[in-house]
Amino acid sequence: MSDTALHSPPGPIRSHDWGSASARKRVKRRYMYDRILQWVGLGSIGIGVLLLLILLSSLVNTGLPAFQTTKVTLDVFVDPKLVSPENPGKGNFRKITRDAFAKLFPDVTSRSDQRRLLKIMSSGAPFNVRKYVIKNPEVIGQNIQFSVPLSDPYDQLYKGIIPRQIEALSGGQIELGKSLEQQGLLSVEDGKTLANLTIFIDPQLVTQEDPSSGDYAPMLAEALKALFPRASPTITRDILGSDAADAVKQNVVEVPGLVGRTVQLKVPVSENFDNLHRTGTATIMNPRFGTPKVFEWYDSLAQRNLLQSKFSFELFTNADSRFPEQAGLLGAIAGSFFSLLVCFLLSFVAGIAAAIYLEEFAPKNKITDLIEVNINNLAAVPSVVFGLLGLAVFLGTFGMPRSSPLVGGMVLSLMTLPTIIIATRAALQAVPPSIREAALGVGASRHQVITHHVLPLAMPGILTGTIIGLAQALGETAPLLLIGMNAFIPSIESIGILEPATALPTQIFSWADSPERGFVSRTSAAILILLGFLFIMNATAIYLRQKFERRW
Amino acid sequence: MVGYLFLAIAIISLAGFYAGRSKAQTSVGKLSELHSLPNFHGGFIAAWIGIPSIIVVLLWLLFQGTVIDNLLLNSLPADKVDGMDQAQLSLVLSEVRSVAAGNIFGEPEPHIIAAAERYNSWYSISRWSMVAVALAMCLIALLFTRSKISGRFRARHRVERIMDGIMVVCSVIAILTTFGIVISLLVEAMRFFDLVSPLEFFFGLNWEPQIAIRADQVTGGGAFGAIPVFIGTLQIAFLAMSVATPLGLFSAIYLTEYSGPRFRKAIKPVLEILAGIPTVVYGFFAVLVVAPSMREFGATIGLDIAPNSALAAGAVMGIMLIPFVSSLSDDAISSVPDAMRHGSYGLGATKGETIVKVLLPAALPGIMGGILLATSRAIGETMIVVMAAGIIATLTMNPLEPVTTVTVQIVTLLIGDTEFDNPKTLAAFALGLVLFAVTLMLNILAQRIVRKYRERYE
Repeated sequence: MSDTALHSPPGPIRSHDWGSASARKRVKRRYMYDRILQWVGLGSIGIGVLLLLILLSSLVNTGLPAFQTTKVTLDVFVDPKLVSPENPGKGNFRKITRDAFAKLFPDVTSRSDQRRLLKIMSSGAPFNVRKYVIKNPEVIGQNIQFSVPLSDPYDQLYKGIIPRQIEALSGGQIELGKSLEQQGLLSVEDGKTLANLTIFIDPQLVTQEDPSSGDYAPMLAEALKALFPRASPTITRDILGSDAADAVKQNVVEVPGLVGRTVQLKVPVSENFDNLHRTGTATIMNPRFGTPKVFEWYDSLAQRNLLQSKFSFELFTNADSRFPEQAGLLGAIAGSFFSLLVCFLLSFVAGIAAAIYLEEFAPKNKITDLIEVNINNLAAVPSVVFGLLGLAVFLGTFGMPRSSPLVGGMVLSLMTLPTIIIATRAALQAVPPSIREAALGVGASRHQVITHHVLPLAMPGILTGTIIGLAQALGETAPLLLIGMNAFIPSIESIGILEPATALPTQIFSWADSPERGFVSRTSAAILILLGFLFIMNATAIYLRQKFERRW
Repeated sequence: MVGYLFLAIAIISLAGFYAGRSKAQTSVGKLSELHSLPNFHGGFIAAWIGIPSIIVVLLWLLFQGTVIDNLLLNSLPADKVDGMDQAQLSLVLSEVRSVAAGNIFGEPEPHIIAAAERYNSWYSISRWSMVAVALAMCLIALLFTRSKISGRFRARHRVERIMDGIMVVCSVIAILTTFGIVISLLVEAMRFFDLVSPLEFFFGLNWEPQIAIRADQVTGGGAFGAIPVFIGTLQIAFLAMSVATPLGLFSAIYLTEYSGPRFRKAIKPVLEILAGIPTVVYGFFAVLVVAPSMREFGATIGLDIAPNSALAAGAVMGIMLIPFVSSLSDDAISSVPDAMRHGSYGLGATKGETIVKVLLPAALPGIMGGILLATSRAIGETMIVVMAAGIIATLTMNPLEPVTTVTVQIVTLLIGDTEFDNPKTLAAFALGLVLFAVTLMLNILAQRIVRKYRERYE
């Protein structure tokens, strides 16, 4: 292999003992390296697949509950005094719905309690009732059984996603508490847990003359740091109670001689660590629920069998909403559909025409070379740059309507065009020249050869490429954000190609940004729906390819 | 309105098609006396009816807004608009428009109401004249082209010429797109560099693109030194590549050299799924799973990891790039000629030695090209970093702290803002120009490396 071997003088071939122990060892080691490389490769694939599984399973885990809505059945009296039969849309549905809910709890009378009680029901419930009454005006003046969604925290509570009580301490803090216990530093006196700390009474912070005005908190922090050198101060800070510094102070005030010495002192721990030591757990009520009373009310609803979990059609039929339990994807799906429609109409026709020209008619010269290089590079331009283009040209120069699916589709079509052109050219190349020659031979013009013979034969490949390009466009977010297709559209009446709209991926982005806990689940559900669409599109592409692909 | 107009044009075109076809059929005794098939005659008429009128309508729609705005500005009473700058004028315009659309808030001034009435009447004049012009064009085209049809008329050649024209126009769209990108980025970036010196932008260490709401505000001056943004971008791209490169490369090695065809056929599409997942999903995954678990892990070993650390964003971006690196390396390794493989085996090398000492060096250019392409993608990737990385530009090399990237800044500077008259929004275009230039250079470099290497073995 090396040069020296080639140039070594010819001589008797040295015999080599391949069976010797060292040679065997060498061979073994060489094959071990081979094995290691193989395992590392397999491991990399394993990691990739594992990450994919984690991604999908975490989405399924968080997203599936959003396909169910928890509803409470109300006995709504549609009071004709509040809702006039002539103009049902203008009625006071807020009062009707609230009264119906309050009727379930006749013994809740104080105003503040009532306010908390009504928070159990979704704030969007009056709109649900309104919609129903407008559709069925004959119910005015009657009692109807009507199910309305619970508000987000109770919906999550019903599904078991959020608990009533939460851990007051983080995992790291609990470990600190256990470690204190194991070191025997915790003791209980008079029902209170005390921590036995080694504290250096720093003479720089406190003087022997006036010990009561010293600053004792830093000494405690130092003492904790000595115990847990690796834990961050934000975690250790909560171990001691607020009265710990005073306890040290008391000791020093009693015995001023302690200043400048290191002493063992028992100081009270905080309430949460106190609970942790004495009962083993430290929990507080989940702050999402204002007061413990709400659990009584919620439990009484559950006992009366008024709560059911139902399939959430709202997820598909509602427009966006500020309330997670009411938010749906119809607007986003419609927006994505219209954008993709525009994108398809523009890029399919233009892509095929461009590909035919470049593949079949274009003379080989500098300009067509430039176009080809251009198309290849365009396919690799970051998507956000296309958004900038759309913003500056379509919205800025041409003054097209902002946030509209038309502009979104146009921007997406510019991104999809290279994909379709490349796929179409590949499909055209795959059609054998004999077909062309035969058609030319019977007198077809070159255009007729293409339109009558080559294009139909290449169509499955073109469609496959187009569908894959459209699937990419469906998941594209950044360019749509820049042209404003993340509008908040709370009603489904204003759906149109020129109206402000949102799309599935931008809806996911907006929901992921929302602080309410319920939107986490909704976001995952929206992602599952988006992935479902992508799966269908890609499966169609694969099916088309396998069904119609011809090998010549 | 416009929809109906398009429908009308389509119907007239269709009518023209049938008129042309029947005239061609009846103009000769035998069909074989026709130079072109009847359908070509019909197509000729339809194309001449449809294409020019649609082009006119589209141009009309594009420019009527600008023309009417200018007319309106000129018609406003001079004493009301004198001394106004561009921004104030556009404010007046949008007020007129909203009044014209019927959204009246408060008591608009009388000249605004008058202007709104003019605006509405001009719009309806423009709309109706557009319809009239388009329909007139259709009819003239119909009459004129129909008169040309006869047995000897070379309709097929004419139609094919039109088709050629359409195809050329479509292929030029790609070039126009690139021009559009370059020009729009350059124009807006130049306007930005009029306000902020390029020296400050490219070498400044402080990025605080807030704008002053009032002129006398102290903090609102804004600082546009983009170095922290560039460093953050490179840092996240580096983290992503240090996840994606080993995983992708080793997967490719296993798939090309070790695995059987069935395993390869089963596992490749699974890895490709990773590339097909939209980036907004990865961003959510980073926020939902990766960042919190990293934070928790960090807490147990005593590290304080920020919730929007560069590490989390980079790692998730790396996951996304695994199939990218893997498939490009796969191509590079499998296109090494078998002769080299066999030569190496013939010398007694193990599979591993062949891979490390023969195949990888031979495939290195292709692999490098793939890595460069993946890097360019990492630099231009937007949604993962928008969701998982920070917004505030801090100059740091610590991957546990939040950093921001070029794409994050572009999105945050432009969301909900379309007035291009302040350095804040224009800065996004300057960043976009840098992003476009860098990714373009990386792509060209990568393509050149890959092509050169491919030629070596062909």
